[in-house]
Amino acid sequence: MAEIFVLAEHRQGQIREITYEMLTKGREIAEKINAELTALILGKDVKEKAKVLSEYAKKVVVFEDNKLENFNSDTYQKVLSSIIMEQKPLLTMIGHTSYGVELAPRLAALLKIPLATDCIDLAFEGENLTVTRQMYGGKVNVKAVLKKAYSYMITARQAAFASKKPQPPLNGEIIEKPSPLTEEITSKRFLGYVLPPPGGVDITAAEKLIGIGRGIKDQANMSMMKELANTIGGVLACSRPVVDKGWLPSDRQVGSSGKTVKPKLYIAVGISGAFQHVLGMKNSDLIISINKDPNAPIFNFSDYGIIDDLFKVVPALTNKIKEEKKQKGI
Amino acid sequence: MRNALNIIVCVKHVPETSEVELKIDACGKSIEKARLIFDINEWDDYALEEAVRIKEKLGGTVTAITVGPEESDTTLRKCLARGADKAIRITDSKIEGSDGYGIAKILHSVIKNLNYDLILTGSQAGDDGYSMVGPILAEMLGIPHTTLVKKIELSTGVARVNRELEGGIEEVIEVKLPALFAVQTGINEPRYISIMGVRKVMQKEIKVIDLTETGLSENDVGEAGSWLKIERLYVPPVEKQAEFLKGSPDEVAAKIVEILKIRGLI
Repeated sequence: MAEIFVLAEHRQGQIREITYEMLTKGREIAEKINAELTALILGKDVKEKAKVLSEYAKKVVVFEDNKLENFNSDTYQKVLSSIIMEQKPLLTMIGHTSYGVELAPRLAALLKIPLATDCIDLAFEGENLTVTRQMYGGKVNVKAVLKKAYSYMITARQAAFASKKPQPPLNGEIIEKPSPLTEEITSKRFLGYVLPPPGGVDITAAEKLIGIGRGIKDQANMSMMKELANTIGGVLACSRPVVDKGWLPSDRQVGSSGKTVKPKLYIAVGISGAFQHVLGMKNSDLIISINKDPNAPIFNFSDYGIIDDLFKVVPALTNKIKEEKKQKGI
Repeated sequence: MRNALNIIVCVKHVPETSEVELKIDACGKSIEKARLIFDINEWDDYALEEAVRIKEKLGGTVTAITVGPEESDTTLRKCLARGADKAIRITDSKIEGSDGYGIAKILHSVIKNLNYDLILTGSQAGDDGYSMVGPILAEMLGIPHTTLVKKIELSTGVARVNRELEGGIEEVIEVKLPALFAVQTGINEPRYISIMGVRKVMQKEIKVIDLTETGLSENDVGEAGSWLKIERLYVPPVEKQAEFLKGSPDEVAAKIVEILKIRGLI
């Protein structure tokens, strides 16, 4: 029977959500093509976690080793290449996360099996594995076919698949395997975590956020954005390019590598809407987006859209709000 | 402090699309590129800047390398103007259609014969977003790698590197050199390159290598040598259709204010 592997991702004792998303998608594919779903977990003291995973998969393979305490793509590659070569799964699913992008391409190159990264959908169509990915920051979707092989690998985009616990739980078999790591790997060593500096503004607590992106073009335009935020009684947040350019500190960044926010109002100004950003704000109560590109992906996640030059709309909006407040005598 | 380093930076010449309306071309497998402006891939720009900063601090050389048609020379000239010492372009019509795996093989075929202590790439390309060339290249060269790099501190034979994880957390790792680092945006502030700066390097040589010189065959590259074959491009389906507010900026602003009032937000 064909097998589908899903690599569990965990950090600091927590299984990451992407794991359940992949197990849910993996189960759907397994049912369609009559394959068996197997979760893999690598780490130190992970047997308890294996129990949780067993609710989602028919089999859970556990590799316990002190050398696997922290994620390291070199140690993971040793373990995973040995089990993939041994069991030849039809498909291995890994998260398109900071861990997955470090691990999957190199592992696939070593095994010489085709890999499609950052997939938002996948299905076996006949003998072919077809995937859906995105290009140009989410402006275009691509359907692609992987080169025919005995074994395939994909990395799955975060939040692309819903996670659903099977009812009743599958209570899969837990299989402990001896770690193939014989010696300490020294080419790459984990030293520690760096947490974001404390203090600053907590954008997750704000009711109204003005999210600004690349479209604001120049630091000189920040004052126009600040004025809108102040007038509306909100806080400035941003997408990645604004932090990269040093216009706002990193604690204002919304998205997968920043914060997840759910304000009552999110006004996206000059943000095209790459998925990394959308992931962090799409559950806001009301989303209004201003962008001059009518096909900007952000409009696909917004309640209201304005296709226009933000440098005209933002001052007009600030003025209108001021007038409104004046009328109300605020 | 360590000795001078030979650094290779892998760069890609890509269309700038973040604020442009894209159109899918007639064959459905690509976008219309005629009107687009091309530039160095954003992530690679940070990698290049990092390489030049290391050179300025420790000495050594920076070699920029790309795979692509003649137009890519614009990006290589930018690299030279920023401070790269040498530029190499691997080019061949047969390369067209290569995915990240194909490109990694091509880069490997040339880089394996060069001297290097450090290879820098971007963590991804803004066009196809594979995020795979760096790690695959490192595997082929048999050197350690790490991705999403936000900080590099070099000492003798080893680098201490911060890499970006989710949710604002970074991890610190130690990597033995020679190594490959795939750089995340925001690691530095790339300096501005003036047109004058680019003009100054117009006469510098760009070494051009074709497929036969790499030792690779036609089957190693293009669609035949890739993992992925593109079937079609299409506009992403809409998750939540926005209602578009139309009119002059003042009219639109008035409409937004109405919406905010109804919701009790002002």
